[in-house]
Amino acid sequence: MSTADPRGTAPRGSARTAGFIASPVWGVVPFALYVLLFLGLPTALALGTGFVDGEGAFTLDNVAALADPFVVSGFTTSIVLSAVTAVVGAVLGALVCYALIGTRPEGPLRSGIDAVSGVLAQFGGVMLAFAFVATIGIQGFITVLLRDRLGIDIFADGVWLYEAPGLVLPYIYFQVPLMIIIFMPALEALKPQWAEASATLGGTTATFWWRIGFPVLAPSFLGSLLLLFANAFSSYATAAALTSQGQSIVPLQIRAALTSETLLGRENLAGALALGMIVVMAVVMALYALLQRRASRWQR
Amino acid sequence: MSGMPGATRTGVPTPSRLARWGILGTVGLLFAVPIVAMVEFTLRRGLEGGYSLDRWITVLTFDLGPEYRVLGQAIGNSLVLAAATVALMLVLLVPTMIVVQLKLPQLRRVLEFVCLLPISIPAIVLVVGLAPVYGVISRAAGSGVWTLALAYGIIVLPFAYRAVQSNLDAIDVITLTEAARSLGASWPTVIARVLLPNLRPGLLAGAFISVAVVLGEFTIASLLNRQNLQTALVIVQKDDPFIAVIVTLISLLVAVGLLLVIGAIGRGTTRRTS
Repeated sequence: MSTADPRGTAPRGSARTAGFIASPVWGVVPFALYVLLFLGLPTALALGTGFVDGEGAFTLDNVAALADPFVVSGFTTSIVLSAVTAVVGAVLGALVCYALIGTRPEGPLRSGIDAVSGVLAQFGGVMLAFAFVATIGIQGFITVLLRDRLGIDIFADGVWLYEAPGLVLPYIYFQVPLMIIIFMPALEALKPQWAEASATLGGTTATFWWRIGFPVLAPSFLGSLLLLFANAFSSYATAAALTSQGQSIVPLQIRAALTSETLLGRENLAGALALGMIVVMAVVMALYALLQRRASRWQR
Repeated sequence: MSGMPGATRTGVPTPSRLARWGILGTVGLLFAVPIVAMVEFTLRRGLEGGYSLDRWITVLTFDLGPEYRVLGQAIGNSLVLAAATVALMLVLLVPTMIVVQLKLPQLRRVLEFVCLLPISIPAIVLVVGLAPVYGVISRAAGSGVWTLALAYGIIVLPFAYRAVQSNLDAIDVITLTEAARSLGASWPTVIARVLLPNLRPGLLAGAFISVAVVLGEFTIASLLNRQNLQTALVIVQKDDPFIAVIVTLISLLVAVGLLLVIGAIGRGTTRRTS
């Protein structure tokens, strides 16, 4: 522990042990223990149980189940759902951010949008399930409106709200606000000098966006897109509150594995599914870190 | 509003008035539909048709039957959890951040990485590993609802860390501390009378966002079979969806209020430092 104190305010020269006892490293020990117990250990357990059978012996059986068509379809649905809602959410959110350029960050418009976005992006979950049952449920506001006024039955081919397609609209509903929160800082970091330079050289507004704005913002946009993907991929509450039995996406399959002990005739399948989710998340977050490094070049 | 596009100030071209309000109006309208639908739903009078405020009056006058006691209990649980989570943040996270900022700058990146890690670990994955951990906790400390706060302390880490760190970055902690120390202040005095007052906006913002996250948490509580506001709403919704939606709308309003307060606090910090 040579970290005693670089500026030498602590007494030096006394016995090494004294320096060790007074070391500021002790200050981070409680937090480190806490994180180890409640983040490190659960994560290790979640990933580890995938390799253990009912008797506690090592097995690759659960991990092999990741190739089962049931699990593959869960991951495919989860990934497609996350990708579609991430793209739609990112485009709509970026449009809103664009519309907000030039408004005062402290003004009531921005404060209001910030607060509402924060709530819709983080508080969502169960509330979104209720909201969309009230909107496009069988007796929902829009369902009834379309049926009685326009004669359109949105459930003509069966009720899809409680299946994977029914998750698309609720997910977009929390993706757009999240995009507004994470993409707005990137837009605000565009330097007025760049626009002035472009204008001085005879560039139009279109030139500015096409030659400067889009290229500079591209890494931030793609990074935000990845965060949106990760957000939808790990989301559980909305789907769980919409259907108590469904197993269409991976988080719901984990629920089924946790509550029914044996899914696909295997114990500890939840661990294997968790492992699969972590692998997807790790790839997404690694790509995000790469893009972030590129994006930060322009944010100094 | 900055009036004509690109005219009031040179710089990044602002959208035209039409484009701005066209986009904000369309998106705002689309996002209002589900909220309006929820309100419309709670006002429906049932089979005879028409609308009434009866259910809202029942809820707002606390005139609910005993079958809704679970909801009151769950709200109590969620408030206890929110308080315990904030306490955990203040006792464990904040001192660590201060120590690292002052004395262990080489650990800053590690701390940041650890605090942002829960973003990459879905709650549904964490809960798979939390189940055995909570098995042990239940045997040792009982299955009191407050124990959930230990898990919630982890899921609020990214939010709390960002709020406090941006405040730490905005004030010159080292200079402030050195100044206080050379004027003869003891460490407890430095922390209580120099650092904490300067960190107030960040701590408040971190506390409020943690409260919002805890009040909205469903995944962990539901799969560890503990009752909080969100899990109770799902149960109540099965018997009486109207009451569940009314309570949801109210909690939504409370959450927006909380975040407006956070925003106001945030602006307080930037004004002070600029």
